[in-house]
Amino acid sequence: MVELSEKMTTTIETERSTSRLQAVLLLLAVGCLIAAPLFFYPIFLMKLLCFALFACAFNLLLGYTGLLSFGHATFFGGAAYFTAHAMKEWGVTPEIGVLIGVAGAALLGLIVGFVAIRRQGIYFAMITLALGQMFYFFCLQAQFTHGEDGIQSVPRGHLFGIVDLGNTTNMYYFVLAVFVIGVAIIWRFINSPFGMILKSIRENEARATSLGYSVARYKLGAFVMSAALTGLAGGVKALVFQFATLTDVGWQMSGEVILMTLLGGIGTLIGPIVGAGLVVTLQNYLATSDFPVTIITGIVFMVCVLLFRRGIIGEFYASRLGKKLGF
Amino acid sequence: MQALFGQLLIGLINGSFYALLSLGLAVIFGLLRVINFAHGAQYMLGAFVAYLLLQYLGIGYWAALIVAPVIVGLFGAAVERTMLSRLYKLDPLYGLLFTFGLALTIEGTFRYLYGASGQPYAAPPQLAGGTNLGFMFLPNYRGWVVVVSLLACLGTWLLIEKTKLGSYLRAATENPVLVQAFGVNVPLLLTFTYALGAGLAAFAGVLAAPVYQVSPLMGTNLIIVVFAVVVVGGMGSIMGAIVTGYMLGIAEGLTKVFYPEASNIVIFVIMAIVLLLRPAGLFGRDA
Repeated sequence: MVELSEKMTTTIETERSTSRLQAVLLLLAVGCLIAAPLFFYPIFLMKLLCFALFACAFNLLLGYTGLLSFGHATFFGGAAYFTAHAMKEWGVTPEIGVLIGVAGAALLGLIVGFVAIRRQGIYFAMITLALGQMFYFFCLQAQFTHGEDGIQSVPRGHLFGIVDLGNTTNMYYFVLAVFVIGVAIIWRFINSPFGMILKSIRENEARATSLGYSVARYKLGAFVMSAALTGLAGGVKALVFQFATLTDVGWQMSGEVILMTLLGGIGTLIGPIVGAGLVVTLQNYLATSDFPVTIITGIVFMVCVLLFRRGIIGEFYASRLGKKLGF
Repeated sequence: MQALFGQLLIGLINGSFYALLSLGLAVIFGLLRVINFAHGAQYMLGAFVAYLLLQYLGIGYWAALIVAPVIVGLFGAAVERTMLSRLYKLDPLYGLLFTFGLALTIEGTFRYLYGASGQPYAAPPQLAGGTNLGFMFLPNYRGWVVVVSLLACLGTWLLIEKTKLGSYLRAATENPVLVQAFGVNVPLLLTFTYALGAGLAAFAGVLAAPVYQVSPLMGTNLIIVVFAVVVVGGMGSIMGAIVTGYMLGIAEGLTKVFYPEASNIVIFVIMAIVLLLRPAGLFGRDA
């Protein structure tokens, strides 16, 4: 008995020390992000944060529910269009504009999810891809998206009517705040009872059904949640770059976010952030050369699938050092 | 009336390609449990190999119709043997992601080498010109495409349903372990199946080369439509894939006549409706 309780105290202590370590790391990361615009080009950082949030939202579905959506560009690009339209044509303030993007993405998520969850696994991926392509053609022909031109020169407006987001520094901290809030929501979501049920569906769908959970409803809930958070990233991206174009709704974008998540580590909270950072940096680096990014992207995909399916962060967690640090 | 028949013909031709490609996807998926995202890239490769054979070796259309699928089939076999075969034990999603990466790499490479614009590839002189059918003018080459792809579909169906090799394939689909225990070389069968599917895609690519232009991006958008076709048909049956391919091609052609704005998305809309009414697909067995 004594031995057992001693053992328990040590585990609790190590748990406490590792959670303290993780809290320190977290604060350090946020501190770095706050100081980052002093060292890096702010637009690049904002792009990075938007894609990191996008990948985290996508991972909510792939990593924690086990659903591979091949059509997430619909929500990212769709929200970008909605936000851009609201800002430019209706002249709303940025927080309302972003919320309109989120609401629109959630609605699209409800429609796409409702159709797609009727099939599982590989079919789910194909259906979301097809519906995403359908939305792409819709955006190509619809009036408000302005076809090939996209919505150009979107005003950033004043946050709550006070803070001028035309100022790059203000804009950066706005994006950072949105990013932190978004990731916090995801963290809360996956650690909630709802998130636990999603994980049980991922592990064994039949058993979750037999336990009396309405699997389809939970899946749809996760899908809408993921779409809404993706919309948050997309809406903010439209503000950062001040335009919304067809690039954001194409299937290539859906592929990109899968790559970010896979590269960083499916089913880890910070993996997609790392993956997004790497992919965006790589694109930035290759943008000046005429070597096509798709070749590299394709090769990285194949290498990831063949050699390290856990991704960078997943491999780190599984490594000896990672285990020692208590991940 | 002219427009109607014209669009019906185009629908029939598109349907031929949908049928050939979804057939290949269904054959590969049936045995390997892999959704071959690279199918569009292999279709493009077929067209490009034909184009390059003509350009550098002076090999014409008729020979290319045989040679290009063989080359692409061998390439497919090499990919299957060295890489894809390692993924069979995993979740099928990894097969999809791997072939997606493969497609990006192939298409990116060809785009880098030959640019995004299309290269013309002439139809063979024997099939130049057209025939007046009274109610419409039929370009000979297009008629040929419809006939030969129908024959290729039927040939593949016969191969799988009526030959000894086909019976092995079907048996291995049902229970690979048991078939292996009977002394059939199942890994070889898997390689052959992937090569067959890739070859079929390349065959469609050669057929398509004179109709559309030979361009690195010709397969990408097509493969997404073919995925929708596969979802509508259900991957349970070979015949289902063929019939659905033609049906949806014609439906698309008709939409172009009556409501052209929706012609791009009609197949996706049909897919959504089928999913709501009959989730397993028109010819699918319930999973």
